[in-house]
Amino acid sequence: MSEFEPKIVAFVCNWCTYAGADLTGTSRIKYAQNVKIIRFPCTGRIDFMLLLKSFGEGADGIIVSGCHPNDCHYTSGNFHARRRWIMFRGLLDMLGIDVRRIQYSWVSAAEGAKWADIVNTTVTAIRELGPYTGYAKVAGYLEKEANV
Amino acid sequence: MKKLIIKAASLLETNAVQVVIGFGKGSVDRTRAIFITKAADCEQLIFDSRCIQNLAVYLTKAEIKKMGKPAIVAPLPVLRSILQLAAEKQITEDSIIVLGVSPESELVELESLAAIETYLSTKQIVIEEKYQTTIETIKAMPVSERFAYWVKELEPCFKCYACRAACPLCYCTRCTVENNQPQWISVASHSLGNLEWHVMRAMHLAGRCTDCEACYNACPMAIPIHLLTKGMLQDVSANFGTYGPSLHRDNTLSSFNPDDKESFIR
Amino acid sequence: MQTENHLIRKTSLEKLFNNLIGRGKTIVAPKAKGKLVLFDAVTNFGEITEDYIVTTNSAKSAVFPRSEKVFSYQKTKESTEITDAAESTYPDVVLWGSRPCDAAAFIPLNNTFKEDYPDIIYNKRSQKVLVLSFSCSHSDEYCFCTSVNGGPGNTTGSDILFTRLSAGDYLAEVITEKGKLLVTENSALFEVQPEESKAQNLALVKTYFNQEEIQAKLQNLFENPVWDEKSRACLGCGSCAYVCPVCSCFDIQDEAHGHKGTRLRCWDSCGFGLFTLHTSGHNPRETQGARWRQRILHKFLYMPNKSKVAGCVGCGRCSRACPADINILETVTAI
Repeated sequence: MSEFEPKIVAFVCNWCTYAGADLTGTSRIKYAQNVKIIRFPCTGRIDFMLLLKSFGEGADGIIVSGCHPNDCHYTSGNFHARRRWIMFRGLLDMLGIDVRRIQYSWVSAAEGAKWADIVNTTVTAIRELGPYTGYAKVAGYLEKEANV
Repeated sequence: MKKLIIKAASLLETNAVQVVIGFGKGSVDRTRAIFITKAADCEQLIFDSRCIQNLAVYLTKAEIKKMGKPAIVAPLPVLRSILQLAAEKQITEDSIIVLGVSPESELVELESLAAIETYLSTKQIVIEEKYQTTIETIKAMPVSERFAYWVKELEPCFKCYACRAACPLCYCTRCTVENNQPQWISVASHSLGNLEWHVMRAMHLAGRCTDCEACYNACPMAIPIHLLTKGMLQDVSANFGTYGPSLHRDNTLSSFNPDDKESFIR
Repeated sequence: MQTENHLIRKTSLEKLFNNLIGRGKTIVAPKAKGKLVLFDAVTNFGEITEDYIVTTNSAKSAVFPRSEKVFSYQKTKESTEITDAAESTYPDVVLWGSRPCDAAAFIPLNNTFKEDYPDIIYNKRSQKVLVLSFSCSHSDEYCFCTSVNGGPGNTTGSDILFTRLSAGDYLAEVITEKGKLLVTENSALFEVQPEESKAQNLALVKTYFNQEEIQAKLQNLFENPVWDEKSRACLGCGSCAYVCPVCSCFDIQDEAHGHKGTRLRCWDSCGFGLFTLHTSGHNPRETQGARWRQRILHKFLYMPNKSKVAGCVGCGRCSRACPADINILETVTAI
């Protein structure tokens, strides 16, 4: 019986976390391969619906990461993002969408090791939580019978 | 009420306004929004506990704006919406005249937006005990049970968008759901489509909603979607301080504090 | 087919229900939900409520659900597999507790989906629906079925119409072959026709207007201030169209996920601001007044012009559900 391999989607900002992830690679640090990284100019650009859509398309976990506060390449993008995340997380939690499956972090361009750590701990945590079947079932209306 | 009718009629007579938006007799035992253009018709204005529709929704409608400058009968929920609309630059100082109605159904003369803000500062938005209890009960459920609860509650939703249409703060001429490049939110009323719509609605109202319950009152299927907006209201209050419309403060999600606190970002 | 009349005892009615459940039929009946009464699937006779004039939602979902699959596809390296919903089989549905207005609504619905171009999915669903209606013993000020050639004891569109008699038993009028088949399958439950007439057990529904007269008048009212006046408070939502048992406008939506996807048909409403928005940016119905006019003209002029039957059965659901209290009867009587 093959062990469950979580599918993780990572929404990261170009200037900090993406560069940091690059550093992880050039530093030859090995880390879990379950993550698909999507590059954004800034965390401020991350639409909250993208996270929900990821779950709808089969993601078991999500990582959202960007520049540390005060270090945003666009000055205040991550401040706006932080507020948005606070509100969105509260809403998801109230709706019963598993917020443990979303890991938010600040990873700078110099924090190659931290990125590896974020990914590894997230993958481990999701592996323990299992596949996100609860959400997949709701999103799986396509497989239901013709009468919706 | 008499004072309100007299005031409204005089505003029309002197052409200070061209239309009075207020409540009048509706079907059977309901009330409805009425649009009075002749001073004599102001006699039709009524106000009682049945008048729950939020009239501020008409202030951003093209067809109503075309009628000219309006005077609007404004009980508390309407006043809050007016202030929020003003904060969002949808109405300006001289674009409307407000016929305030106090919780005791007395006419309140509010000559300016600043006057409205002062008046409302003594009437903070408070989430009723019964809703606080319901929200707490929901939050106390284990995650999967909570999810099942909402999927079931949202099941009757058939995407009529009455909630959106009735909300004074949903004034976008083209809503996100009405764009199909991309079709971001599913049009269909299956479980996922309903969930995504209500998530989006709650988020777009986060920090802006004034708890008027127009959404719930409008819903033909009586779905308690106002629980979501009330929950968001509580979150804004808890995370970013006291909550309410103001001309001196940017919307919660349009602004930030470098010292915003959270517990979940590594 | 000549209508056959029977008596059915209250207890036999429950037995009939249980027989249908026993046969694996899906039964959709009025069920209380808080203050509302909605048509919903029921499995227990006790779930059915009799405390309603009309349900909040209509029964059209049985033949025209709010979202349904038209086809789905799956792309592989070699080919594309298409699963056509027109080739599916649809479940047997028993509509229990529709009012005469709900049943009458199937006529204009059928006209839409059967004339000109036979809609395969609709027709398949419609064949599997058995309509067991119950006459109205009460009506209210929202009802106006008698103004649109309907009535509280009207049999149009029903397979069987039950009318509650004074002793608590029911007159069963068997209208169609489908209905007759049900009686034959449950013959022990249906007794000899009762003496008591239907008429004394029906609600009195005031007649407000004559449909043919309205149809004639509407020919010349296109440019009339009544449309703007009556729709001023309209918020432009879809409540009226969605609760209406006759409204059948739909939107086609494709929901694709990588190599597979589904084409869905979903309810739409002419009340939405962007309903008639063209790609060019032009909107022929830019004002709510124009959209309200369209709604009334479609129901009371265009539809009867085309197929003799109006697109309104006088149930009043639209007016009841409207958050802004736009009342269709009011507009039509103003005309």
